[in-house]
Amino acid sequence: MDIIKLTAREIREKIIQKELTCVEVVSAFLAQIEKCKEYNALLEVFDDAMDLAREMDKKVSEGFSGKLAGVPVVIKDNILYKGKIMSCASKLLENYVAQYNSTVVDRMLEEGAIIIGRANMDEFAMGSSTENSAFGVTHNPVDYNRVAGGSSGGSACAVALNMCPIALGTDTGGSVRQPASYCGIYGLKPTYGRISRYGVVAYGSSLDQVGVFARNVEDCALMLEVLAGQDCKDETSTNDLVDEYVENCADGVEGITVGVPKEIMDITEGMPSRENLKQFIQFLKDNGVKVVEVSIKDIALSFPAYYIIADSEAASNLARFDGVKYTSRSDSATNLQEIYKKSRSEGFGKEVKNRIMLGNYVLSSGYFDAYYKKALNFRGLLVSQFNEAFQHCDLIIAPTTIGEAYFIGSKPSDPVETYKEDVFTVPINMVQIPSLNIPFGKGENGMPLGMQLMAKKFNENTIFKMAKFIEDKRGQE
Amino acid sequence: MQYDVVIGLEVHAELNTASKVFCSCKNEYSKEPNSNCCPVCVGLPGALPVLNKKAVESTIRAGLALGFEINNTAIFERKNYFYPDLSKAYQISQLEKPICINGHLRVFDKDIPINRIHLEEDAGKLIHEGSKTLIDYNRGGVPLIELVTDALKEPHIETADEAIEFLTKLRQVYIYAGVADCEIEKGQMRADVNISLKPKGSDKFGTKVEMKNLMGFKSIHKAIEYEIERQKEILDDGGVIEQETRKWDFEKGESYTLRNKENAEDYRYFPDPDLLAVNITEADIARIRETLPLTPSQIKDKYMNEFGLSEYDADVILADKNVADFYDECLDIYMQPKSVANWFTTEILARIKGGSAIEVSKENLCWIIKAVDDKKLQRVPAKDLLSEIWGTDLVAEDLAKSKGIMSDLSDDFVFGIVDKIIAEKSDVVAQYKDTQDPKILNFLVGQVMKETRGKANAADVMDRIKDKLK
Repeated sequence: MDIIKLTAREIREKIIQKELTCVEVVSAFLAQIEKCKEYNALLEVFDDAMDLAREMDKKVSEGFSGKLAGVPVVIKDNILYKGKIMSCASKLLENYVAQYNSTVVDRMLEEGAIIIGRANMDEFAMGSSTENSAFGVTHNPVDYNRVAGGSSGGSACAVALNMCPIALGTDTGGSVRQPASYCGIYGLKPTYGRISRYGVVAYGSSLDQVGVFARNVEDCALMLEVLAGQDCKDETSTNDLVDEYVENCADGVEGITVGVPKEIMDITEGMPSRENLKQFIQFLKDNGVKVVEVSIKDIALSFPAYYIIADSEAASNLARFDGVKYTSRSDSATNLQEIYKKSRSEGFGKEVKNRIMLGNYVLSSGYFDAYYKKALNFRGLLVSQFNEAFQHCDLIIAPTTIGEAYFIGSKPSDPVETYKEDVFTVPINMVQIPSLNIPFGKGENGMPLGMQLMAKKFNENTIFKMAKFIEDKRGQE
Repeated sequence: MQYDVVIGLEVHAELNTASKVFCSCKNEYSKEPNSNCCPVCVGLPGALPVLNKKAVESTIRAGLALGFEINNTAIFERKNYFYPDLSKAYQISQLEKPICINGHLRVFDKDIPINRIHLEEDAGKLIHEGSKTLIDYNRGGVPLIELVTDALKEPHIETADEAIEFLTKLRQVYIYAGVADCEIEKGQMRADVNISLKPKGSDKFGTKVEMKNLMGFKSIHKAIEYEIERQKEILDDGGVIEQETRKWDFEKGESYTLRNKENAEDYRYFPDPDLLAVNITEADIARIRETLPLTPSQIKDKYMNEFGLSEYDADVILADKNVADFYDECLDIYMQPKSVANWFTTEILARIKGGSAIEVSKENLCWIIKAVDDKKLQRVPAKDLLSEIWGTDLVAEDLAKSKGIMSDLSDDFVFGIVDKIIAEKSDVVAQYKDTQDPKILNFLVGQVMKETRGKANAADVMDRIKDKLK
């Protein structure tokens, strides 16, 4: 039995059935992590993993049967796990030790998960390649010379290379779906408010959502079951019913209509993902799924509005990293102004500084109405256009990326060119709906590509049903 | 030259809710620095604010007590600026949609318009120790309400006296509404003052100067007078007032420039995405209005019109809510408002001067007052009795009986003594009949009182003597 290739659900099942011990499971994954070290997916492997595995074996022998009993999990390095370093892949927080558990960590631990390490990312989740990490880039599991995507690139790479069956990321504008696509795995961004953000370092607070990486649909569904639900520590988390996502996966797709926005078709003109989208539509039709054309007229305008909102929120959210309290402080600062200026100048990377500057600029007096307010108004408009489209279908599809993973270091120097690549992912965060990247197709160099399945708010179930249907059909091919 | 002075006030008061405004830490004074903090009020990474609904209720309560309109939707915004006492580098406050808008407060004979009351969080405190500065975040996240007067509308606050009266009245309203304790020396109520001068009669406002960090009514009074004088001198010399923020130096009794227009802060306000908009229904407002106690001015009205107290007595009793509450409790036992008020404005107030507590039970006090009213106890021994039981668990009635100071004398007995004295002092009596000198009358009353060991009713005795000597 090759333990590292098992799904999370299989691992849990075998541990409960005493076919495997947690110790065996964890040591198998730790060995794999050691083997894949050069990919730089993890910033740290927690040294208490084996101890926790032994404890879990004892618990299981006493009858514990949590949904994640003995399942090793990796978390993105912006999620707080008490007593462990949480750096956001930034120099500024290089030695910061989490003082409390995030709600997602608490919920996983309650179900018996063993958190084995923290994953590399773009600094403060800003970027789409992990090239903005202060601790080196994560390599693509399929082609070492290419990026794994980002910002949750470390988590995606770890799951793709079997360093763990599931991992957590965060998705503010595509940071789970895009690396999942580049690495050829599943990546779920749930509805905004579905999972508590408490204890997750904020980037764009109205856009951020914890997401899940897995190598199969049911593991995504399982994790959502564990993580979802209202949290009294996060006002924006909602009390909408948490479904039996795993069980419902097998319900089939009868009656589910898929919509393709014609504007998405237009945007893909000249992009490598165009052919893949066409093949995906054909695939659905061939398998009896009803596909209709819908319209989201202004979807192409999403990315400038997105960057205004995300960067405004980020500028404010990151202001607390000021060198006064828990962040590292510049050695050469001699007064308060210098503590602020030098600590932040020396501690933050270039992209983070770019976004803080941009965010503060659009919020400053005289520009607020022209940028921030306009962006908010646009956001409202986009929501109504999505709602209108969902009148005609249950799921909307779009490519996740414009093409396959690019080579490390090949990113254009103009940041706006890079931002444009988020064109398919950022609208989803703007309207706060769920979206799942499913691996589908290959690029011209054989790199993985992915498609997004999006649903109305809190309709993750519909997504899982379709994803499972596609997974099964393709397994038969 | 003659000037019109326009004074605007921004008053911060700490609400007395049980917990802080965005976390569950206790809202109380803690001596040990940073002992009453959590990830939220220290602004740790990943922490999120959750609104304390009670703080919203208190803000509405304060607003209703001042005749404000309550917004049905209120929004929290982030006010971004760097300072070490501000843990998140932004303060959660309200700009566009505060909880209360358009109120007013009666100051002398003016209804001063108030623009808004909004809810926000307090910052921590810096402690300077030599070359080091330490931060105590205990106060961080304490709920604050900020009230802003509407200096653009008439009538204006125009003098230091009016400003102080405004603050005094406002403090009373908050305390009576039960939303804030407003202990000045604890910093629970603080004010920023802005002042502008314009030529008398002009409708164009002058340049505004803001004075920050004012605590204590005396120093606010002094700071306002100083600033009016400063601006007058500049304008009289043909100078121009700079728009600036000045800081008042308590010790030197003067102000200095903190920052001017060029380096004014840009707070980059925007709606806090971590907090939902607050929906306040008409039903919520009605429910809070129902439980709203009378305001000081309503109580004053009741005291004067229903109870027949003088304005002076009403003001004196209302000045301290503890006194007024105790007064009302006493009336529950002994419904003689004027008689009880007399004891309050003299005996009670004299004993609690300087902030001492009222150390007599309402039962004991009312027993004494009633005994005097019923002429069973004379005023002087009654006062002594009050002093004796003050601060003890002695029972007034028992003590009075054991001391034998109760007026258990029959009228016949007292009148017998009166007759006896008139007979004994025949020479003085004759003198009185000639001169009608009240001193002689008092002497005779005194003699009777002496004979009865102070137990007779002096007024009755006087009437009897007068009657006899007609």
